[in-house]
Amino acid sequence: MTKFNAWNVIKNGLNGQSYWTRQWRDPEPKSSYDVVIIGGGLHGLATAYYLAKNHNIKNVAVLEKGWIGGGNAGRNTTIVRSNYMMPGNHEFYEHSLKLWENLSHELNYNVMFSQRAHVSLFHSPGAKDSVSRIYNIMRLHGTDAELWDLKTLKKKIPHLNYHNSRFPILGAAVQKRAGNARHDAVAWGYARAADTLGVDILQNCEVTGFTRKNGNIESIQTSRGIIKGKKIGFAVAGNTSVLWQMAELGNLPIESHKLQAFVSEAVKPLLDQVVVYGVGGAHFYISQSDKGSMVFGGDLDWYKSYAQRGNLPMVQDVAEAAMAIFPSLGRIRLLRHWAGVMDMTMDGSFFICKTPISNLYLNAGWNYGGFKASPASGWYFADLIANESPHNYVQNHNLERFEKGINIDERGAGPDPKLHG
Amino acid sequence: MIRINCPYCGERDHNEFSYGGDATINYPSLDASEKEWTEAIFFRKNIKGFQFETWHHSNGCRMWLVVERSTVTHEIKSVKPCHPDLQKVVKNNK
Ligand SMILES: Cc1cc2nc3c(=O)[nH]c(=O)nc-3n(C[C@H](O)[C@H](O)[C@H](O)COP(=O)(O)OP(=O)(O)OC[C@H]3O[C@@H](n4cnc5c(N)ncnc54)[C@H](O)[C@@H]3O)c2cc1C
Ligand SMILES: [Zn+2]
Repeated sequence: MTKFNAWNVIKNGLNGQSYWTRQWRDPEPKSSYDVVIIGGGLHGLATAYYLAKNHNIKNVAVLEKGWIGGGNAGRNTTIVRSNYMMPGNHEFYEHSLKLWENLSHELNYNVMFSQRAHVSLFHSPGAKDSVSRIYNIMRLHGTDAELWDLKTLKKKIPHLNYHNSRFPILGAAVQKRAGNARHDAVAWGYARAADTLGVDILQNCEVTGFTRKNGNIESIQTSRGIIKGKKIGFAVAGNTSVLWQMAELGNLPIESHKLQAFVSEAVKPLLDQVVVYGVGGAHFYISQSDKGSMVFGGDLDWYKSYAQRGNLPMVQDVAEAAMAIFPSLGRIRLLRHWAGVMDMTMDGSFFICKTPISNLYLNAGWNYGGFKASPASGWYFADLIANESPHNYVQNHNLERFEKGINIDERGAGPDPKLHG
Repeated sequence: MIRINCPYCGERDHNEFSYGGDATINYPSLDASEKEWTEAIFFRKNIKGFQFETWHHSNGCRMWLVVERSTVTHEIKSVKPCHPDLQKVVKNNK
């Protein structure tokens, strides 16, 4: 694999770009690996990379039924932030944000991480109090967080709708180190870096069944033959329940729901930040991509679904929210929209944990928020697989927390997966 | 748009309804173990394919329905009242 650096750019510039090698190999599956990760999204790829990098476990395969990054990895609205308050969550997401800050160098791949600030509007004194509490908790833990008053906000983002009498904008909670990154580049960057360390990335390799022996999973049936793994990790996001039941493990505190994303035609620079608008029934977040497109989204489609296809009522909802807060978007044309299947959990928090099968490990339950989590998710999932015990930050991110009554419910929305976000 | 054939009102767009959830949960007795209650409240089959689920006709008759729907194609096979006896009460009151 040719490294990306100034020397290679110049050399290839003079040689018709002919010295670049493939980004990652396309190997034939070996019959067995030390660790097999199922799911070639960001979490699977990051896990493989940190297994090799942090724990020197290099005989690793990532099995992906389609192409890497074809799932939620390549479908999200790319918001990266760490404004969480629950114990475990804030340490985890803050570590993730720190990993993001150095990710392009770490992977030798430009993931276009842009810390343009995440601006969460509030519209009532009650909302201000509640967000102040969360942002104070963040500050107490050393995460950057601040409140912008109306004057500051108007100066920074002059073209929001400041005349909405139903939901007047009073100010915003801001995390300046938050922002966006290029999702495909993150998937490719992790894949390329993992491959360089010896990881086999096996695409078009769908897992179709498991063979059990002495309580363990002995081998994995795939569309590319039988593959053995001493240890096996699930990182299949919206399809977690399907694999869980393939392994005859029963039910999970997860429901699969679809979330849509929208991309407009490209326009001149219009928005420098990520803006979030949430009141009553509306939920809307927007940023502008480096190509100039407005990238935005809202709530999920409100009914359980495994279809990677959005429905029209949410298109209308999102458009209405856009007009309420950003009327200047009124004439902009939508270029594309799609949906991804998300693993929504009963308390809105994730799982990085052991399972009832001793050589099987679970990474799941990322809700809307798994893009920002991917570096830390890979980091701590690799740590769990290598060391057999969860790091402090994720010690309660397991399947037992519900019976113990220690749910990690940031929103306080209760056991209804579609209400978490 | 999904079209749901409400037994009380006829066929309507799904955005007149609110999605409830899994219609097959059996809640255990009040003195059942913590484990059984945890299973009922927090753990789901999360079926990929046809499942029975509840919908509330919140912008219509406000009745709860049991809908058999595919979570892959969104095709609906059947729609029934959650509480069939209520239907009689409603009819008798007319
Ligand atoms: C529209 C949308 C917007 C979002 N916006 C944000 C955001 O702004 N910020 C944020 O932090 N998060 C966001 N998210 C969430 C985030 O994208 C996901 O939580 C995250 O990508 C999930 O992890 P992943 O990348 O590993 O999943 P995926 O990319 O879905 O990876 C799972 C992989 O498993 C594979 N797989 C499934 N079954 C099998 C099988 N049987 N055999 C082999 N492989 C299999 C799939 O093909 C898939 O590639 C958003 C999600 C969506 C859908
Ligand atoms: Zn009705």
